[in-house]
Amino acid sequence: MDAIHQLSLTQLAAAVSAGEVSAVEATRATLDRIAARDAITHAYLHVDREGALQQAGQVDAARARGETLGPLAGVPIGIKDNLCTRGLPTTCASKILAGYIPPYDAHVVERIRAAGGVVIGKLNMDEFAMGSSNENSAFGPVRNPWDPARTPGGSSGGAAAATAEGLAAAALGSDTGGSVRQPGAYCGVTAIKPTYGRVSRYGLIAFASSLDQVGPLARDMRDAARMLGVISGHDPRDATSVAHPVDDYESECGKDVRGMRVGVVNGMLDGCVTSVQDAIRAAHQRLEALGCELVEVDLPHRDYALSVYYIIAPAEASSNLARFDGMRYGLRVTGEDLRDTYSRSRGAGFGPEVKRRIMLGTYVLSAGYYDAFYLKAQKVRTLIKRDFTRAFERCDVLLTPTAPSPAFKLGEIADPLTMYAQDIFTLPPSLAGIAAASVPCGLSPERLPIGMQLCAPEFEEKRIVRLGHAFESAIGWKHRPAGY
Amino acid sequence: MAQPKITLDAVRHVSRLAALSLAPDEQERMCRELDKILGFMAELDKLDVSGVEPTFHAVPMRAQLRPDVVVPSLPRDELLQAAPAQESGAFAVPKVLDGDK
Repeated sequence: MDAIHQLSLTQLAAAVSAGEVSAVEATRATLDRIAARDAITHAYLHVDREGALQQAGQVDAARARGETLGPLAGVPIGIKDNLCTRGLPTTCASKILAGYIPPYDAHVVERIRAAGGVVIGKLNMDEFAMGSSNENSAFGPVRNPWDPARTPGGSSGGAAAATAEGLAAAALGSDTGGSVRQPGAYCGVTAIKPTYGRVSRYGLIAFASSLDQVGPLARDMRDAARMLGVISGHDPRDATSVAHPVDDYESECGKDVRGMRVGVVNGMLDGCVTSVQDAIRAAHQRLEALGCELVEVDLPHRDYALSVYYIIAPAEASSNLARFDGMRYGLRVTGEDLRDTYSRSRGAGFGPEVKRRIMLGTYVLSAGYYDAFYLKAQKVRTLIKRDFTRAFERCDVLLTPTAPSPAFKLGEIADPLTMYAQDIFTLPPSLAGIAAASVPCGLSPERLPIGMQLCAPEFEEKRIVRLGHAFESAIGWKHRPAGY
Repeated sequence: MAQPKITLDAVRHVSRLAALSLAPDEQERMCRELDKILGFMAELDKLDVSGVEPTFHAVPMRAQLRPDVVVPSLPRDELLQAAPAQESGAFAVPKVLDGDK
């Protein structure tokens, strides 16, 4: 048998259920691997050695009692640090929450544990999930396991790097404008952003409430599908979670994709580097060979998504982050009076990008500008959503690149607008609320992974799983970072 | 949205609204960056959105009522553990009202 970290999630869960590997062994192997390798990657902000071994022991005890184990039996899972974990530090990679220990688990963390998954630790990220390179972590950036000089992407950079490097079997991230998909592409793993409302946000520390969704990152589509099935479903504690039936996503793996209509968006490759253009064109050919029908579609308002997103998301963030005022949790810097204490605590606790977005959001919501910026952006959002509705009349799944280039170098992009533009392909589906995923589709000449984005209508994640799995099986994606 | 140039005064005003203290060098940088970002967003002026309804929620949803049953809140002691200061089983905060009474 392969080393434990080289098994897929579904293989490992089967091995634990069959008694071939104990959950404690699997957990120990993962902890040892983190100890040996994470000094370079810096994917983890906190590793819960004791708690993980205890959870694993409970899985093994359940098996010894003859109980049927859950779908994630004994599988080590990393959790992005903006998801609350009972008794474990949860910082959003921000100084303002350094040392914060939540008294409860996020809904998705409860689900992972109930399925037999073992929470290994908390994963590094851009502060409050704001960023596309992980350089905004207050505790130092994550490095891409494919090339430590490069970014793993963001904001779920720790989740993508840990999954690619075998420091977890899979991970939970969050995606507001591309934060699981872009790092997934940069690190060569599969990442799904579910339909808005598919997964409960209870216990996800809010960034932009009308866009945030929790999503899985995994080394193949079957693993990602299983994770998605575990975390999906209605939760009364999140008023925006939708009581729509949860499909058996994993059963889509292996199904025929002949006759599936794949939408290719006109002009999407303009502005992409050559290696991305080549990889996406090769993917088109591969899908045609699988019997898919390629259909040209237009998304006429997609270029406006950048402006719309960077009005709406900071506006919502400026409101959500008002709760960090130094009163009930987190950092307090005492000032002359109450108001001064708020300002000083926030000024000392937030990093530059978070401050920029709070300022941007406060500005666009302030008196005299609400209609010109915020309301206008929400109207253009309607046009973007309509584009997708029309496109899906002609195709079943849409295909675009996930990002215009492979992973760039740490420190390479200093200008905020240039950094925001890395999200150009992932923003439109986020604004439309539809399902989207990144699937590895090729390697650049410098041996960096390239991802393609698959989008499907609301609650049609199963189409993405079916097509993504067929594609990944056809190309036989086995590429991993050198140290894997 | 004829975009006014972002001034240092505007930055200071917004930072007060946001209760976010910024050092003088942060204010100057913020001034340049916000000006550039908001200037870029003026591209939305090219679009006619008259008659278009805003989309505040991407996925249409109805408010769903939960069963009206009592569920326990999180334990007070555990919540207070995270507080920067606590007193007599409550959050201790700076004085909110002026005057002694």
